[in-house]
Amino acid sequence: METLITILTGVLVSVATYLILSRSLIRVVLGTAVLSHAAHLLIMTMGGLKTGGVPILGGEDGEAYVDALPQALILTSIVISFAVTAMSLVLAYRTYQATGTDKLNEMRGIKHE
Amino acid sequence: MTLNIAIIIPFIAAALIPLIYKKIPKFHIGWFAIIVSVVLFIYLARYIPSIANGNVIENTVHWIPAYGINFTAYLDGLSLILALLITGVGSLVILYSIFYLSSKESLGHFYTYLMLFMGAMLGVVLSDNMMVLYVFWELTSISSFLLIAFWYQRKRSRDGARKSLLITVAGGFAMLVGFIMIYSMTGTWSIREVIGLVSEFSNHALFIPAMILVLLGAFTKSAQFPFHIWLPDAMEAPTPVSAYLHSATMVKAGIYLVARFTPIFGGEVSWFWLVTGVGIFTLFWGSFNAVRQTDLKALLAYSTISQLGMIMSMFGMGSAALHFGYTVESTFYTQATFAALFHLVNHSTFKGALFMVVGIVDHEVGTRDIRRLGGLITLMPITFTFATIGSFSMAGLPLFNGFLSKEMFFTAALNISEAGFFSLDTWGVLIPIIAWVASIFTFVYSMIIVFQTFLGPYQEEKLEHPAHEPPIGMLVAPGILALLVVGLFFVPNLLGDYLLRPAMASIFPTLSGEELGVPIYAWHGWESPELWMTVGVVIIGALLYIYRKYWTGVYRLFPEKWSFNVFYSFILDWMEERSTAITNNYMTGYLRDYLVYIYLFFIVAIGGTILYTGAYSFDISGNAPITTFEAIIAIVMMIAAISILFAKSRLTAILINSILGFGVAAFFVLFRAPDLALTQLIVETVTTVLFLVAYYFLPEWQKEDVPRRSRNVNIVISILVGVVFTVIALAVQNGRLFETISGYFENSYELAGGKNIVNAILGDFRAFDTMLEVVVLLIAGIGVYTFIKLKAKKEDEHFEDQ
Repeated sequence: METLITILTGVLVSVATYLILSRSLIRVVLGTAVLSHAAHLLIMTMGGLKTGGVPILGGEDGEAYVDALPQALILTSIVISFAVTAMSLVLAYRTYQATGTDKLNEMRGIKHE
Repeated sequence: MTLNIAIIIPFIAAALIPLIYKKIPKFHIGWFAIIVSVVLFIYLARYIPSIANGNVIENTVHWIPAYGINFTAYLDGLSLILALLITGVGSLVILYSIFYLSSKESLGHFYTYLMLFMGAMLGVVLSDNMMVLYVFWELTSISSFLLIAFWYQRKRSRDGARKSLLITVAGGFAMLVGFIMIYSMTGTWSIREVIGLVSEFSNHALFIPAMILVLLGAFTKSAQFPFHIWLPDAMEAPTPVSAYLHSATMVKAGIYLVARFTPIFGGEVSWFWLVTGVGIFTLFWGSFNAVRQTDLKALLAYSTISQLGMIMSMFGMGSAALHFGYTVESTFYTQATFAALFHLVNHSTFKGALFMVVGIVDHEVGTRDIRRLGGLITLMPITFTFATIGSFSMAGLPLFNGFLSKEMFFTAALNISEAGFFSLDTWGVLIPIIAWVASIFTFVYSMIIVFQTFLGPYQEEKLEHPAHEPPIGMLVAPGILALLVVGLFFVPNLLGDYLLRPAMASIFPTLSGEELGVPIYAWHGWESPELWMTVGVVIIGALLYIYRKYWTGVYRLFPEKWSFNVFYSFILDWMEERSTAITNNYMTGYLRDYLVYIYLFFIVAIGGTILYTGAYSFDISGNAPITTFEAIIAIVMMIAAISILFAKSRLTAILINSILGFGVAAFFVLFRAPDLALTQLIVETVTTVLFLVAYYFLPEWQKEDVPRRSRNVNIVISILVGVVFTVIALAVQNGRLFETISGYFENSYELAGGKNIVNAILGDFRAFDTMLEVVVLLIAGIGVYTFIKLKAKKEDEHFEDQ
């Protein structure tokens, strides 16, 4: 299971890298979103998968819990990456407004107006 | 302790000056600087009797004791001479500058830099620790840079400043490497300890390289051939700065370094020939080139180069004494060093006076071009007197101190040419000959300074202002120096006994048992060859001066385009061009290119490390089992991810991205993480909405019109990044280096009163983190709001037009 998920994250990272390298601004933003999905899955995998029950106390006696620490980290990360995505989307929007293009290669050399 | 503070005081003054300058604009800030300088001078002068009795003052403040780097202030005879010059000439120069610089100039900057320089220079001559010495050494270069570029509006000032900085700092860097070599040989940074150990490491393989590197530092700082080219350009600085830094003190730092390291390297044949040879050639080259100058300051610059070469060569000759060790014979050669120290002081007096005189002429008539000057004698008689005293002393005429040291120089040159070692029997005869020829040129340019400026026809129409005497305040400083020039001729032995002899003891510690130094006499008798050499200089020099228009054609043999200056500019231009080309080549301004560098580095560094260390072993035995359902989700996500690349429209791409997001949420459910699943569902929904909103405002995406080659590169990089990433992730999963710490959090009910462990971690164990996370969200929210709502006024109009 861990290996499968790791390979999945690898595929996601490849796709994200390709998107980030492209010239269109919105693709770059999309790439960062995909990258954060990959990161979350990876952190989850690092803690070990399906080794116990839901980490809420008071369940059946003697049952082990899965590692709760990665979950807490990911929860933080989800929120932060949401903020980053929102921010970069608005940035892309403003850039398009100001420069009239969303192509990164055309933006070079445009003077601040 | 007070000695360390004395070094620090100018720095404190430098920090205070801008404040005072701003608070009390009516107060001329130069008076504050002069008080600091005079107080330091008096403080140091009080040590003269004690030092003359052979004492030394030493105090250490620990700085980085673990590396043996301590702020050790050390005052002996040699340091004292330099320290007195720095503070004494410094006081006079500041006094002069108060009248020279108009109050419209940014005086706060000027005196800050000047104080900075004074502190750094005191640090150089009073530091025993090589590392500390180096720090102060570079500080003098930096303050010199700032002072040369004081009139930074002028291009020539900036160029001159840059040139001096590049050359002196490059030399300083070489010196640093030399110091480190010395440290690696001896294990100590203290110069005195190195002197004590010298016999143990003089056969070390690094001994000669270290010597050459230290000399590079000294030669660049003291403007020795071929590094002399920075000094004439440094004359763009205000004249007080030229008088202070570029003739009296900073350029003597290199000479000080040679004197300080003579006990270590002196006695070596290569040291002797390098110092003497470079010095004597610089003496000749400087004086030869000074004659052709038409700008008075440029002339003085070349003359300074030449005089520095002369002092340098005398230290070289004196170092021969150490070749013998303890014999009586060796004291014979130390006379050259004695003469060098004497001339060091003399040069500061007469050259300081001359620079100030030239400054006065420039200040009063608005030019210092000798082709436009002339006949000022009747209009500026006092200035003329000082100029004559300074020039005649430089030319080596009697009644002035320059005569004494010039005679001693001839004595030293003659003595050394008859020494039978260091292959001097073959080449030694050249030394007095070059010295004599150079002295003739020295005589010629000294006459040019006086007679071209003050005699001849007065051409008022060529001057900016009609000539008249300067304000009395400007005459005080050169007057004092001129008095010293004459006074030292009559009582040279006062200086010799109290300052020069103690300095001899610090240069030749091994010979301290002997009586070093000689009484200075003006008259050596009719038979002495020195007298006839001087007579020859005067006669031939006078003839050359009178008939100079018949022989100056010889300078056409050395055209400008073959000079080292052209070489320097060529190197500089070439480096600038190349570095611009290289930088433009990779700093393309495209995000994609920068990311490619980052990814390539990641692949090569991390991937390379994994390959090299063989850390890519996998073990899948500990994996949890895969159910069909999970496998389906994983495969769907992979397909979705890849198909994002082929999406024809933005809408498709955005929806596929939400497939990925919801897929992740589904995994969270399967992996027993209900909180995550919930959050991910909400966030993914909002993100999708956000993308769709942006979709409304952004243009439809076109097919990527990337050149095939760079697209292939992108594909390869993406795949490699993914592979390296996967390999690391798999490798890490195998190597569990330590136990998980999560067990601690399973006591969440006892510790935090929460049954949901994840919630307890976020809300209690790491509550501060979570709070800051909320702050991040807040900042992002404000950012989003401002981006959308706030626009610069100008842009508003711009968009309305559309």
